[in-house]
Amino acid sequence: MDYLLTEEQIMIRDLARQIAQEKIVPVRAELDEHNKFPWDIMKAMAQADLFGLFIPEEYGGLGKKSLELCIAVEELSKACVGVSTTYAANALGTYPILLFGSEEQKKKYLPDIATGKRLVAFGLTEANAGSDASGIQTTAKLEGNEYVINGTKQWITNGGEAEIYTIIALTDKNKGARGASAFIVEKGTPGFTFGKKENKMGIRASSTTELIFNNCRIPKENLIAKEGMGFIIAMKTLDSSRTGVGAQGVGVAQGAIDEAIKFARQRVQFGQPIASFQAIQHMLADMQTMTEAARALVYSVARYIDSGAKDISRASAMAKLFATDVAMKVTTDAVQVMGGSGYMKEYPVEKMMRDAKILQIYEGTNQIQRNVIALDMIKEAARNK
Amino acid sequence: MNIIVMVKQVPNAAEVRINPETNTLVRDGVPSIINPYDMYAIEEALRLREKHGGKVTAITMGPPQAAEALKEAVSMGVDDVVLLSDRAFAGADTWATSYALSMGIKKIGSYDLVIAGKQAIDGDTAQVGPETADMLGIPFVAYVRKIEEVSLGRMVVERLMDNGYDIVETALPALITVVKEINEPRLPSLKGKMKAKSLKITPWTAKDIGANESKIGLKGSPTQVVRIFPPAPRGRREILSGPIEQQVDYVIKKLKEQSLI
Repeated sequence: MDYLLTEEQIMIRDLARQIAQEKIVPVRAELDEHNKFPWDIMKAMAQADLFGLFIPEEYGGLGKKSLELCIAVEELSKACVGVSTTYAANALGTYPILLFGSEEQKKKYLPDIATGKRLVAFGLTEANAGSDASGIQTTAKLEGNEYVINGTKQWITNGGEAEIYTIIALTDKNKGARGASAFIVEKGTPGFTFGKKENKMGIRASSTTELIFNNCRIPKENLIAKEGMGFIIAMKTLDSSRTGVGAQGVGVAQGAIDEAIKFARQRVQFGQPIASFQAIQHMLADMQTMTEAARALVYSVARYIDSGAKDISRASAMAKLFATDVAMKVTTDAVQVMGGSGYMKEYPVEKMMRDAKILQIYEGTNQIQRNVIALDMIKEAARNK
Repeated sequence: MNIIVMVKQVPNAAEVRINPETNTLVRDGVPSIINPYDMYAIEEALRLREKHGGKVTAITMGPPQAAEALKEAVSMGVDDVVLLSDRAFAGADTWATSYALSMGIKKIGSYDLVIAGKQAIDGDTAQVGPETADMLGIPFVAYVRKIEEVSLGRMVVERLMDNGYDIVETALPALITVVKEINEPRLPSLKGKMKAKSLKITPWTAKDIGANESKIGLKGSPTQVVRIFPPAPRGRREILSGPIEQQVDYVIKKLKEQSLI
């Protein structure tokens, strides 16, 4: 399929592919086995300008948008979703500053983010606030020129490794979701520490930790936008980043297909390569067809977002939902095509299957995505009555 | 610190075959790459620039398509490029090549250091580095595995030897060739690739660099490749094991069988 990518988009794809092949594939099994954060790869990606991809040129970036980010994420995900999660979560953490930050905040943080000098994390989830983001309990209280933050964030990607954290905390407990605000907290701020590093089923190269705030004082200027905007900032951030999770799904699905077809052409049973059996052929055909459909949807939604569309919740939810369900199905089938070999760690598909599972869960479970889609459909129908 | 890197475009050796009938290299459809040893030269030049400031210029001699190699160098971060391309350069051996490169480097003007890979993977001569240094009249250090320090007008490097390494101090400007132990070449960057894409390279001709016509191309080449052929296949090899006496007996028996002793 030709998606009519521009010369620059092809350049981005090829460079991300080169990084994936040369820097990620040789070490992905080891990163997975040892729960190891991929700093060497992050440095190579920084040198290749990948962190600046979606940052405007005036802040040292390349000024590209969702589609370019999706293309890069897809290529990285073909090799390792653990690595691409680290990269995509960096974008997730950056969006609150990019979309809602003041000129001073952008000038202060975006250039370092664009060069990959400082990594970013986004902190929303808590023990009692997962799918129900309005259940957050972390508080931020204004005292003079400082906000004092107290509470614990949970399962934060890039936790401990990132230097910059954009977090959501309540500035007014009585207002519920409308009392939430977004803040920038830098690593090393007194009162800000990291809890345990999670031991995960997949994406084990990525870091997932608690963020613990104990009377953590940050300057008043670190508030993003205004008090009470936190929930809106979080939702808009997720709307913008969700398509990237879809791109991760497309990437890991394609990576698994590439392995499965290579194996099926070599593996001989009953005197012939298993690729010559219709049972295998039909599985491969279905896997590729679904993945191509997912890619077409992800690219279309990314282009829609890049056109400046305002209402992107439904579209980005559909891209995330469809592509990640496809990823789970396709990676599982890749293991099936490869049989016993697929189940073994000598081959990368069992890892791809473990990695794919998180895509149906994080940045809004696929059940929550269906809620978003259906509610938007109902709203639209009511409007058009 | 102004640094010149000499690069050569070579066929990707992994994909080159020899036509068994004509004994010539089959180069059709074989992609060209920057000579891998020159990649270490580029990387070292970029690292020196990051540390000491200045400018990195890549120079090559070759057909017009050698511009692609220079563009790849730009995508890695090289500031400027020089392509020596002229029919008059064709058929040059290492001597005539070194002459042309030295004239090109003189035209570039002031520089502190020239770096090249220790040899090219196609010809494997390792001659162009030292010959060019000689023609430029500057010191030469081969097989550099580490640059220890650079200061005004001098440099200390480690030269890889068969059984260790030498520490060599040299005056600058100098020409060094580097081995793969020196660094790990970086990948291209997006900004570099975009710059390379829009780059127009105007070749310098023999006249542009003021080359003496009798010293370039086939005419200026004291050596010529008469024939290229693959080495004859080796005979059957055996690896012996067991007690040494038995092995010696076996060898003597075999040599007698062949009437060699």
